[in-house]
Amino acid sequence: MSDVTLNTAVAGVPHDASAPRSAPIRQTGAIAWVRQNLFATWLSTAVTLLLAYLILRWTVGFIEWAFLNAIWEVPVVNGQAQTQACREMRGTGACWAVINEKHRFILFGTYPFEQHWRPALVCVLFVALYIVSAMRRFWNWTLVPIWIVTLTVIGILMWGGILGLPYVPQERWGGLPITLILSTFGLALAFPLAILVALGRRSKLPAIKILCVLYVELIRGVPLISLLFMASVMFPLFLPEGMNIDKLLRAQVAITLFAGAYLAEVVRGGLQALPRGQYEAAEALGLSYWQKTGLIILPQALRLVIPPLVNTFIGFFKDTSLVLIIGIFDLLTAGKTAIVEPAWQGFGVEVYVTVGVIYLVFCFAMSKYSQGLERDLNQHRRR
Amino acid sequence: MSATTDPRLASSGPPRRPLRLSWGDERVRGIVWQVLVVGLIGTIIWWLWQNTVHNLEVRRIATGFGFLSREAGLPIGESLIDYEPTDTYLRALTVGVLNTLKVAVIGVVLATILGTLIGIARLSNNWLLSKLAGVYIEVIRDLPLLLQLLFWYTILQGLPGPRQALNPVPNVFLSNRGMKLPWIEWTSAHWLALAAMVVGVAVTWLYARVMRQRQYQDGQPRRIWPVGVALILGLPLAVWAALGAPFTPDLPALRGFNFRGGITVSPEFFALLIGLVTYTAGFIAEIVRAGIQSVQHGQWEAAQAIGLKRGEILRKIVLPQALRVIVPPMTSQYLNLTKNSSLAVAIGYQDIVSIANTTLNQTGQAIEGIAIIMLVYLTISLSISLFMNWYNARIALVER
Repeated sequence: MSDVTLNTAVAGVPHDASAPRSAPIRQTGAIAWVRQNLFATWLSTAVTLLLAYLILRWTVGFIEWAFLNAIWEVPVVNGQAQTQACREMRGTGACWAVINEKHRFILFGTYPFEQHWRPALVCVLFVALYIVSAMRRFWNWTLVPIWIVTLTVIGILMWGGILGLPYVPQERWGGLPITLILSTFGLALAFPLAILVALGRRSKLPAIKILCVLYVELIRGVPLISLLFMASVMFPLFLPEGMNIDKLLRAQVAITLFAGAYLAEVVRGGLQALPRGQYEAAEALGLSYWQKTGLIILPQALRLVIPPLVNTFIGFFKDTSLVLIIGIFDLLTAGKTAIVEPAWQGFGVEVYVTVGVIYLVFCFAMSKYSQGLERDLNQHRRR
Repeated sequence: MSATTDPRLASSGPPRRPLRLSWGDERVRGIVWQVLVVGLIGTIIWWLWQNTVHNLEVRRIATGFGFLSREAGLPIGESLIDYEPTDTYLRALTVGVLNTLKVAVIGVVLATILGTLIGIARLSNNWLLSKLAGVYIEVIRDLPLLLQLLFWYTILQGLPGPRQALNPVPNVFLSNRGMKLPWIEWTSAHWLALAAMVVGVAVTWLYARVMRQRQYQDGQPRRIWPVGVALILGLPLAVWAALGAPFTPDLPALRGFNFRGGITVSPEFFALLIGLVTYTAGFIAEIVRAGIQSVQHGQWEAAQAIGLKRGEILRKIVLPQALRVIVPPMTSQYLNLTKNSSLAVAIGYQDIVSIANTTLNQTGQAIEGIAIIMLVYLTISLSISLFMNWYNARIALVER
C-alpha cells in the first residue's frame, strides 16, 4: 500500500504549489463509451455520421416500403386476384398480398390442400429433431433410435396410405418439407459414409486409400449442379431397363454423395487432430482396429469437429436450393413458381424476401448454436 | 554412405517376417479387405457400365465426341470470341468456358477487394462500422446463393426500359437491358500499349529482384517504385504516343428503342457478378478478420518499438504473418466462387454448364455433356489449387 503515501504528499513539494486542474475525462459510463467507440478520431466521427445517416435513410425507406405503403390484401374476383392496386404502388410499397395469397403454396407446394396439416406437422417434427440433437444431454447412442423413429414417422406422414391417411404420391410433395427432407436425410445418410471414407483415407491399405482420395477429390472438384444434372439425366441410363427411380430420390443420392465428400474432410480433420498417443494407447490395450476406432478414436475425434460439422450442415441446408435447377419442388422453387401466374408476375422481391427470411431463421439459429458450442467446447483451451 | 555401415542399420523399419496364410496375420487381412472392396466397387461399376451400354443401344443414342464438330445452331448472347449459331459445338463450348472464366476472374478480384475491406471494417474501432460489417457477414452467409442470384436478377429486370434508363453518372446507363458503359475505340495501338505494359511489369519484377540481391549484400535499401512507375506506366504511354495517340471515345447513346455504342454489361452477367461477389465477400471478410487477429499483439508492439510507421508495420510485419493464415482458406473460397458460377444456368447467363446442358438436350448425349462439364471444372479447380499451393509454399514460414 505504498501508493497511498505517494498520493498524499510528495516529499518536499507543498500542496498548494500546483495549479488547480480540471477533472479528468471520464473513462466509464455511457458518454465515455460513445466517445471511445463512435467519435474517437476525426475519421471515426465522419464514418459514424455518414453511416448513421445512411442507416437512418434506409431504415425509413424500408419501413415505408414494407409497412406504411404496403398492401396486405387484394380482392379476388372469380378466382382471379385483382392486383391493380399493387401494380400502382410498385417500387414504393410492398405487395404482401402475394404472400397472403400464396403462402400455403410456397410452404407446402402442390400437396393436397385439405391434407396440409401433415407437411406442417412434418416441419415441426424436423425442428424438434434438430433441437433434441442439439442438446448435449442426448449426445450418445439414444440419438440413433430417436432419429430412426422420427424419420419413420415423417415418412408415414408424408406418404400416408396407412392409418387412415390418404396416399400422397411423391410428385405432389413440395415446399419447406422437401428442403428439410433433402438436407436432413442427406446428412443422416452422408454421415456414416463420410466416417468410412475419412477412415479409409487414413488407412494403411493402398487400394482403399486411393479409392477414398479419388472419391473425395473428384466430388470436391466439381460443382453440385453437375452432380444434380448427372442424377437427373444420366442416372436413368445406369439402371437396368424398366427399373426407374423417382427424381427426388435421385437428387437425394446426388446430395448425399456430395455431402459425403465434404463431411469426410471435416471428419478427417478431427482424426488428424487427435494426438498419436490415443492411437498407440488403444493398440497397447490390444484392441482390434474396429474396437479401437469405435471406442477410443471416433468419440473423441467427432467431438472435436462438431462446430465445423454444424457449419458444413448450414452449407448443405442452403445448397439443397440448387435442386431448383433440375425442377424439384423445394422451398425456393415453390417461391419462384408462385409468381409465374400472370396476376402475380413482377412481385418477385416480396416472395424472395419471405423465402429468404425462412432460410435466415434456420441458418441463423444453427450458426449461433455453432458459435456457442465452439465457445463451450474450447473453454479448457482459453486462459 | 560408407562401405563399413552395418547392413542391419541401413534397412528402415522392423525386419519383414514371412507372410503366414492365416486370418491372424495383419497383412493377409489387409490384402483380403482390399481385394473385397476393390472387387465390390469394380462389380458395381461394371454392372452400371453394362446397363448403360445396353440402354444406349436400346434408345439408339450415339456415343463419342463426334458431335463436337457438328453445327451447333444455338444462339449465344454474349461471347468473348466471334461466334455464330452456325459454328460447331466445340466453339460453342469454348465460348461457355471463356464466359465461366470471365465471371470467375472478375468475381475473384472484386470479392477479394470487397471482402478485405469488410474484414478490416469488422475490426474497426468504430462500433457502428464494426457492427454493420458483422450484420452483413451474418446475413449474407445465411442466405442461399441461388436465392440471392434470383433476387438480384429480379431487381435488375424490374429496372425501367432503355428510354427511361437510370443515369447515375454521365454516360452510364442502367436499364432492364443491362448496364451501358463508355469505352474507347480499340485499335492496334492500344494492343501494343497493353503489350508494353506486360513487358514493363516483367522488367520491373526482374529489376526488383536484382536490387533486393544488392540490398542483401551491402544492406542499403534501394528505391524501386520510380523505375517501376516509369516502366509500367511510362512505357505503354510512350508506345501509345509514338503510334499517334489514337483516342476516340465510344459513348453509349439512345437510338430508337435501344442503346448504341459503348460496352454492355448484360443483366444476367451483372446479376451473377453482384451475387457471387457479395456472397463470397462475406466469407472472405471472416477469413481476413481471423487472419489479422491471428497475429499476436506483441508483434505490433515490437514493430512500434523498433520505430516502424503504422503503414510499414502493416506491410512488413503483420500482413506477411497474416497471409500464412489467410491463403489456405482463401484458396477454397476462390474454388467455391468458380464452382458457384455454375448457378448462372438458373438466371440464363450462358456459361459452360448452360451451354453443355443445351448441347446434351439437343444431341441427347448426356454422358458426354456431363463429362465435359466435370472435366472443365476439374481442370479449373486443379489449376487454382496448384497456383495457390505454389503461392502458399512461397509465403509459408520456413521452420527448422
